[in-house]
Formats: sequence, C-alpha cells, structure tokens
Amino acid sequence: MAHGPAKGFTRWLYTTNHKDIGSMYLWFSFAMFLLGGVFALVIRAELFEPGLQIVEPELFNQMTTMHGLVMVFGAVMPAFVGLANWMIPMMLGAPDMALPRMNNWSFWILPFAFAMMTSTLFMEGGAPNFGWTFYAPLSTTYAPPSVTFFIFAVHIMGASSIMGAINIIATIMNMRAPGMTYMKMPLFVWTWFITAYLLIAVMPVLAGVVTMMLFDIHFGTSFFDAAGGGDPVLFQHVFWFFGHPEVYIMILPAFGIVSAIIPTFARKPLFGYSSMVYATASIAFLSFVVWAHHMFTVGMPLAGELAFMYMTMLIAVPTGVKVFNWVTTMFKGSMTFETPMLFSIAFVILFSIGGFSGLMLAIAPADFQYHDTYFVVAHFHYVLVPGAIFSITAGVYYWLPKWCGNMYNETMGKTHFWTAFIGLNLTFFPMHFAGLSGMPRRIPDYNMMFADWNMISSVGAFLFGAAQILFLFNVIATIRGGKKATDEVWENPEGLEWTVASPAPYHTFSKPPQVS
Amino acid sequence: MLYRARSLLSRLLAVCLMAAVPMQSMAEKEVERWGLNMTEGVTTVSRDIFGLHMNILWWCVGIGVVVFGVMFYTMLAHRKSKGAKAENFHESTTLEIIWTVIPFVILIIMAIPATTTLKQIYDTEEADMDVVITGYQWKWKYEYLGQDVSFFSLLSTPIEEIQNLKEKNPNYLLEVDEPLVIPINKKVRFLITANDVIHSWWVPDLAVKKDAIPGFMNAAWTRVDEPGIYRGQCAELCGKDHGFMPIVVKAVPQEEYDQWISERREMAAKLKAMANQTFSFDELYSKGEQVYNTVCAACHQANGEGIPPTFPAIKGSPVATGPLAGHMDMVINGSRTNPAMAAFGDQLSEVDLAAVVTFQRNAFGNNMGDTIQPIDVLKAKQQ
Amino acid sequence: MSSNQDNAVEHEEYYVPEQSKLPIFASIGLFLTVWGAANWLNGNANGPMYFFGGSLMFAFVLWNWFSIVISENIQGLNSPQLKKSYVIGMAWFIFSEVMFFAAFFGALFYVRSLAGPWLAGEGEQGLGNDILWPGYEHEWPVMTTPDMAANGDSATMRGPEQNMSNPGLANWLGWLPFWNTAILLTSSVTCHIAHGALKKDNRRQFNLWLGLTVLLGIGFIILQIEEYVHAYNEMGLTLESGIYGATFFLLTGFHGAHVTLGTFMLLVMLLRSVLKGHFKSSDHFGFESASWYWHFVDVVWVGLFLYVYVFG
Repeated sequence: MAHGPAKGFTRWLYTTNHKDIGSMYLWFSFAMFLLGGVFALVIRAELFEPGLQIVEPELFNQMTTMHGLVMVFGAVMPAFVGLANWMIPMMLGAPDMALPRMNNWSFWILPFAFAMMTSTLFMEGGAPNFGWTFYAPLSTTYAPPSVTFFIFAVHIMGASSIMGAINIIATIMNMRAPGMTYMKMPLFVWTWFITAYLLIAVMPVLAGVVTMMLFDIHFGTSFFDAAGGGDPVLFQHVFWFFGHPEVYIMILPAFGIVSAIIPTFARKPLFGYSSMVYATASIAFLSFVVWAHHMFTVGMPLAGELAFMYMTMLIAVPTGVKVFNWVTTMFKGSMTFETPMLFSIAFVILFSIGGFSGLMLAIAPADFQYHDTYFVVAHFHYVLVPGAIFSITAGVYYWLPKWCGNMYNETMGKTHFWTAFIGLNLTFFPMHFAGLSGMPRRIPDYNMMFADWNMISSVGAFLFGAAQILFLFNVIATIRGGKKATDEVWENPEGLEWTVASPAPYHTFSKPPQVS
Repeated sequence: MLYRARSLLSRLLAVCLMAAVPMQSMAEKEVERWGLNMTEGVTTVSRDIFGLHMNILWWCVGIGVVVFGVMFYTMLAHRKSKGAKAENFHESTTLEIIWTVIPFVILIIMAIPATTTLKQIYDTEEADMDVVITGYQWKWKYEYLGQDVSFFSLLSTPIEEIQNLKEKNPNYLLEVDEPLVIPINKKVRFLITANDVIHSWWVPDLAVKKDAIPGFMNAAWTRVDEPGIYRGQCAELCGKDHGFMPIVVKAVPQEEYDQWISERREMAAKLKAMANQTFSFDELYSKGEQVYNTVCAACHQANGEGIPPTFPAIKGSPVATGPLAGHMDMVINGSRTNPAMAAFGDQLSEVDLAAVVTFQRNAFGNNMGDTIQPIDVLKAKQQ
Repeated sequence: MSSNQDNAVEHEEYYVPEQSKLPIFASIGLFLTVWGAANWLNGNANGPMYFFGGSLMFAFVLWNWFSIVISENIQGLNSPQLKKSYVIGMAWFIFSEVMFFAAFFGALFYVRSLAGPWLAGEGEQGLGNDILWPGYEHEWPVMTTPDMAANGDSATMRGPEQNMSNPGLANWLGWLPFWNTAILLTSSVTCHIAHGALKKDNRRQFNLWLGLTVLLGIGFIILQIEEYVHAYNEMGLTLESGIYGATFFLLTGFHGAHVTLGTFMLLVMLLRSVLKGHFKSSDHFGFESASWYWHFVDVVWVGLFLYVYVFG
C-alpha cells in the first residue's frame, strides 16, 4: 500500500483510492454544474425581456427540467459525495473508504446515467419537459417518448447514490481511528452520517415512484389515473416523500462544511457542538413528516393541511439553533476573511434569508399566494445556491491546499467570491418581488409588469456564470503550481486531515492514529 | 403609452435609470412595474392572507436584524487585524435553551392566525352559486352550474405581440376572449378540475389558488367586494403553453350579472338552433379559419405544419386528406394513440366543428373540396 | 461500537485493493442493460440486443466480483474489521429494500383508504363524484373502476373480473396464497435451522436444510407463476385491471422478483457449500447475508399476505 497512483488513464477507471474517486466526483459535478448552468442561462436569456425570442416554449420547458435535474442530481449531490470521499477517511483517521471497489462503482455509474439523461435532448420529441418534479400525468400519459430514458437514468443514479451512502455509513461506523468516538467526529462527518441515512431511506422511494410511472406509461397500470381508481396526487405524495428529505440531503453536508470553516477563521472552537448534532438529527427526522407542504394547493383535507403546516414551521427551530451557533462561534473570535470564510459567512446570511422565506412558505394560507410563483424559485435558490453551492465552493477553497499542496490565489478567490455574491443576489433577490407581484414559475414569457425584475435577474445570472469560470481557472492554476502550502495550511485548524502532509499522500492513515 | 420593444442596450439603460428615478418619463401607467409586494386583493380572505404575509415578513425582518446585527458587529469588532484575541467559550446550555424556546413561541404566535385563516379558506359551505372550472391544455372552461351556460376562455393576445412583431398591450398575456363573470358580494364556489394534466387556477386578487386535478374536484370560494377585472394565470406547469392560459375574472354588480347570464343563455340556445342550418363553403371556411387559429394553431401551428412528432402537421396530413369519417372522428373523439390530441366534440359547437373540419380539409393546399355541414357533425357524434 | 486501542491491529490490516476493473465494467454492463430496456420499451429494434448483451455482461462482472471477494476472504485478506464493513453494508442495503417496498405499500394505502373514497364522493374531497364519476362507489378491491361506473361499456380503464382476496377462512385450504404463506414461513424456519447447523459445524445438516429452503423457494415461485397465469387467463386480472391490478401485480411482482433473487442467492450458497466446502462455523457471512435477505423477503410477504390478500 505504500506506493502511489498507477500511471495512465486507467488509473481513473480502475482506481479504488478514495482521493482519486473524490476528485472524479468533484470534477464530474463541476462539469454538470457548468452544463446545468448553460441550461439556466438559456432560461435567463429567454426571460431577459417579454416576448418569445430565443427559444420556443417546448424547448424552454426542457431547459427548466434539465436545469433542475442536472443541478440536483448531477452537480450538488455528487459534489458532496466527492467531498465526503476526500475528507471523511482523512477526518476519521481511516486508510480509505470501507468498501473501495463499490466506491468506484458508485462514481462510474454517474457519467453513464447523465450521458443517458442528456442524450434525451437529441431524441425525437425532445428531452423531458415536465419540470424536475415531473408531476403525473404530464410526465406519464402526456410525456415525450424520452421519458423512458429519463426513468432508467434516475434508476441507475439512485443505485449509485444508495451505494455511495452505504459506503459512507460503513466507513463512519466501522473505520474510525481508535479514540475517535461518535461525539468526537467532526461535524462534516456527522452531517454526512445523517445525510447518508436519508439517502438510503428515500432514494428507493424515488425508484418506486419512477417505476410506477414506467408501468403507467408502458404497461397500462393506472396508479396516476382516476379513471382506473388511481390519483395523480398520489404521485406527488410519493415524490415529495422522497423530495423533501432530498432537499436536506443537499443542505446537511453544507452545515458540516461551514461548521468546519467558521471555527478555523474565527480561531475559536465551534459553539455548541452537541446541539449542532442534535439539531441536524432533528431536521433529518422532521424531513420525513413535512413533505406535503409542497402540495398545499392540491386540495388536501384541512386536518392534513394543518398538520403539515405545523410540522414544517417546527423545522425553523433546529435550523435557527444552527445559525445562532455559527454566529456565536464568530462572536469574540479573532476573525480573518480568507475566501473560504467569505463564502461561509455569505452562506450563513443568505441561507438564513432562504430560511426566512421558507418559514413564510410554511404558512399554508399565505402559501396559496406564494405557491408555484417566482417567490418559491427565489426561496429554493437562496437555499441551494448560497447553501449548497457556496458551501461546496468554500470547502474546495478550504481543503484544496491540502489536496494539491499549493495555496490558491487569494485575490482571485476573493474576486470570485464578490462576483458570485453580487451575481447571485442580483439574480435571485428580484425573484422574490416578481413572485410576490404574481409571476408564476416555469413560464417562457410574461407581462411587462415583471419585465424589470426579470431583466435584472438575467444580468445577474450571467455575472454569476462568469464568476464560475474564474473559479475553474483558479483551481486549475492552484493544481499546477503556486505557493507551497504548509501541512497545517491555516492557523491551528482542528482535525486529523491537517496532521498529514500537504499534498496529502496517496494513502493516508494506513496505520490509524490514536485520537485522544 | 404602450410597452415598446426597444433595443437591448436602451432597455438596460432604462432599467438603470428607472432604478434611480422611478417611472418619470415612461408614464406607462397601465402597466404597474417594479411591483414589490403581494397584492392585498379584493376579498376578506385575500386581505387576511396579506396580513399574515406581512406579519411573518416583519417577524423575519426583526429576527434578521438581531442575528445579522450581532454578526456584523462581530465581523467588524472581533477581527484579527484589529488585534482581537479569540476567547475559548464553546458551550452554554442556557443559551441553547433560550434560542430554542423563543423561536418556538414566535411560531405559536404565527400559527394561531394562520389556522384561523386556513379554516376560513376551507369553509366552502353555503355558497350562493357554483362555477365548475375545468383546465384544458391550454385554456379554461367555465360552466355555471344549473344555468345552462358554459364556455371556454382562451388567451386573446395576438401572436404578433408574442413574437415581438407588434407593440405589446398592457394586458399582454393576461387577457382572454371571454372572461369569467361573477357578481360582487356573493359567495361564489369554484369547483375546479382538469381534463388532461394538472393545472392550477390562480387569481392573486381573490387569493384563490387551487390545483385542477384530472379526475378529482377541488373546491374554493370567493366573495368579491369591488367590481373590477382581476387577472391571473395558470400556476402549475401543464405543458407547452403553460405560460399562455391566463384567467380573467370580471366582477360586476348583481343586476349586470343577471343581464349577462340571460344573454349568455339566449346565445347558447341560438347556437344550438344553428346546428340545423346549412352554410355556404365560404362561410364555413372563414369561420373555420377563425376557429383553427384560436383552438388548433397552438399545437398544429398557424401554417398547418405542426411540431412533429407530438403535434403532427395538418398540411398534407393523412387524416385531413383521408376519408372524412376518420377526420371527423379524430376531431370529435380525439386521438386514441396520442393524448396530446384532445376530443373536441364537447368543446366546440357543431357549427364550429363543421367549420374547422371544412377549413382543415381545404387549407394549406389540402384542397379536398368537401364542405361539412353542422348536421353532418351531429350525425357523426351520434355514431 | 466505539473503538478502543486493542483493535488498532485490525485497522492496520484493513485490506484496500489497489485497483479493480470490476466497477467500470459493471457500470458499462448496467448502462447497456437500461439503455437496451429503454430502447426496447420505446419500440426500437436494437433494444433487446443491448438489453440482453448488457445483462449478460453485468451478470458476468458480478459473478467475477463475488468470486474475487470470496477468494480474498479465503486468502485471509479480510480482517475482522473489514468483514464488519460487509455486515454493515448488507444491513443498510436491506434497509433500502424495505424503503422500496414502503413506497408501494404507501401507494396502496393511499389509493385504498384515501383517494378511493374521495372518488366515491366522501367528504370535501369527494365533490367530483356526481359530475365526474357518477355512480362510482368505493370498495376494495376495486372491481368497478370509476371509468366503468361513469361510462359503462365504453370505459377503457376496466377492473378485474375476479380478485385474489380472502375467500373466507373456511376456504383457505384451497386458496393458493395461504399455501404460499405456509411455504415461505416454513422456508424461513428451515433457513434458520441450516444456519444453526452451520454454527455447529454440522455440514451434512446444513446442506440438507439449506437445500430444503431452496426447494421451498422454488416451490413458492412456481405457485406464484401459477397464480399469475390463473389471474391472466381465468380471472381477467391483469396489470391493466385498474388500480387493483396495478397495486396487486407491482407489490406481488416485485416481491416475487426478490424471492427469485433470494432463492438464487441461497442456491449459490448451497453449491458453494456442497461443491467447494465453503463456510466455517466462525466465518460464513456470505451465507448469513443471503439468509438475512431471505428473512427480509419473508417479512415483506407477511405484510403482503395481510394487506393485499387477507384484508384485501
């Protein structure tokens, strides 16, 4: 085990090394991020002003659908798995992931799944055009033929996620170095532990619901057809039983990353470690009983409506605890503002804004006015872009020197941050206003009263897109050279990953360290 | 003044200018731009909802100010460059309890009025009248229960405006050929369903948004205070023209409503009688062109070339140039293999059906030479 | 579960294979399988070729994969800690399977107890009954679909002519699902006895009881096929028989597929034991995981038997 990576391209095909696999996940997710971003820019270009100018409505719907699917399943989830692969074994003092070959399999399914998904764009009838939530019967009886390919792509990427999650759970349960008790694990490990549990619980449900779709489409069943005794709303219930935990899957690891970064740059230990763990667990638990808040307007019985409203409001409590803990961690620290910290602070502020609009959306009567408008689009982009994307970016800047042994260019990093920060807020903040003044989501054209906010959003989106090119450039430049990083990289950061050399050797902790 | 399509640059410039000097020269009074907030609407429920919305918004702002205030203070005061030395505290059960309990209490304060309003929204009992609303790809049908009045409501914005060939009017994409007319100060119950996929009937000023689910019926209600025209849109992705199926509600005083409904009833009777009349080819053809452009062109396109494979061409189509019976069957009963082709037998009058089939068989170079009379349609329907 | 110093030695020996061709070829095989399946379903002529080619490749890779894992264990590469990873992996895999079935059970509950009554006019949600589905009354199993109730003979969504539900306790002896339940429950017991025999190093007993389990599994599958043939040919009960047919066939069908896989797993374990003398009283997680799977399949059946058949 002493030797380094194999030579040539087959290194990546055959590897079992968690660092190789982590890198592949990260690169894959960045590629998907750019692809999904291109789809988003097509949308924003069309919405730049009223009228139909760039794409026809059919293609517009395909763009919104593919943008959502690619970002959720192709960019955010694999990026977190990539970070987990790189960091969890190093944070636990483990030699690798628990099941290294399965680890590589989990990764390599993804490029095939997304090749299949993207190929639908070139099929007769076009790509899936029913939104990333693919509500039946628009996605069944009325769907283009490519929906079959979409269903199978979801199946295999689900298999990939489940295997990835099992691997992470096995690693955490079984590979901790001596002395590394559960309550000593870094929060990133904890949040991933809970995320992996969510993944294993809900990805099979997603598989179930797409299977029902497949049978409705090809084998004449009537799950989502009232004529045969089924119900289109059944689809939504099953989908959101998956979907709500899914949105936490996309945010819990972010909590972990930020909880690692803020203490480092505040030079002060994380405030309320154990309450962070309990809060994460409560959020995960609650995520199973709030799904129908996505469906307040489907006509549920009043009792259901009330129950889901109350449960949803409850989520604000543990989420609040987390934000308060982060702020208190900074309080009376000795702060510096390197790029990872900038992204983390932006995370806390903007994610909180997303949380506020989430709380507003939880109020069922008010949701009748917000539901399916740009207010919702603003809400979940505030949660996902500064939430998931910013935390991933922060994590990359934070650990990149450890991965490749070089410091990134701080000026470029900060420029990246400010461009992204301004671009993001320009893009998504006006969407609150557009939505509140009555603009429905997923429309390719709109009345002039929404024109100004949309124009600002579109300009912001292109700015945000440009910022990512800077990111790519910075990362590549850092991998190729730059100032050598020390083993600690930052000032007294906490965690086992900082006790190994920079760049981290191909195999770390072949002999487990003793954690006191 | 109407909205004009300007060059990108000047539009951008305008946006920047307007941000600084709101509205000045472009007195586009008819389009309310830069809308910031939810409408208060014109019903008790809509005002209650607006109240809830503002209430929770201010709570959020308050919490935000406190939390971000502390955070920004910290970021300014406790920075290393200012010589701040980090303290080491990292646990306080008291604090954790405090910031668990306080939000919890705020939530309870929020939940109480929300519950009251929700119960009110759900109370659809004792309505003065019922309207069945059915969502179709991509139009709405309104049926006044027990009144023998029912009609479709379609987008009336000219295609040229959508394609930027003509100036956009202030109600761009928010206008229909036939609005839903309801009396003011009456509890109107909407029974909402759909014919194909899920739609959602939403009028912000009434604060009514309910999904239209095929095979199920949802109830909602409203009682409008002020006469006026209230506009909304479909709020659930329903396919290609989801963005092009607006809703217009015209609320009028009772007398005006009574007059309107009796006129509609007469019209319906007249239309029925017309089914027995005979028309000339030219009459049918020009009527058919009209029907085609409002009903068929969304999918089959104005030039008859369609968007294959989902929306096949009419031009040279094996159906439109094949046996008449097959063509009538397709239009009346819909396609058995392609759900995108709906059954129009119940959606259009016999006259309209006869006209549109006549048009399709003779337009776009199809030149079949047939003339179809309403009575032929009646016969075909009975088969 | 907390670590302590004395298992430091185990950590040291954690086996991380350097490289492996298995994952990439497994991915290609899996991809070709689903690519073929999707093409096949969409009526493209080359679909079956990809599907079968891919499946063969996938099966071949998995066969190799398991062979390699087994031979690694025999070579002594697997430390106790590594074995625990397999145990954890299998346990969580079964949990994911539980959730897969939960989706279908949940769907059944929803249409049966909520959506069905609504379609029949119950409560605020049932307003549409008079207008959309006049005459529809909800009963489970749904024999008369809403479409049939409203449109009579011209209905396209038709219910079954007969259903599979409980014929009354007196008739259980002639009721196939009852025998299937008996078979599957017995097989769980025989599987457990086999496991006990293995722990006592009684190879003959192990093979005997395991062989019996496999036979019972095959018996179940045969009866299930018999039931399906009967349903299709004589009861007018098909996938297309409204919501009852849909839920019935998807739940029992996926269960049947799991029984088939479980039987195959146990058969492989039997052959490994009989032909190769694999498994030791102290080291037999291959068999144990197959037996876990078998018990899981059994538990799902009990749920099915109760919810789909007895109180169906």
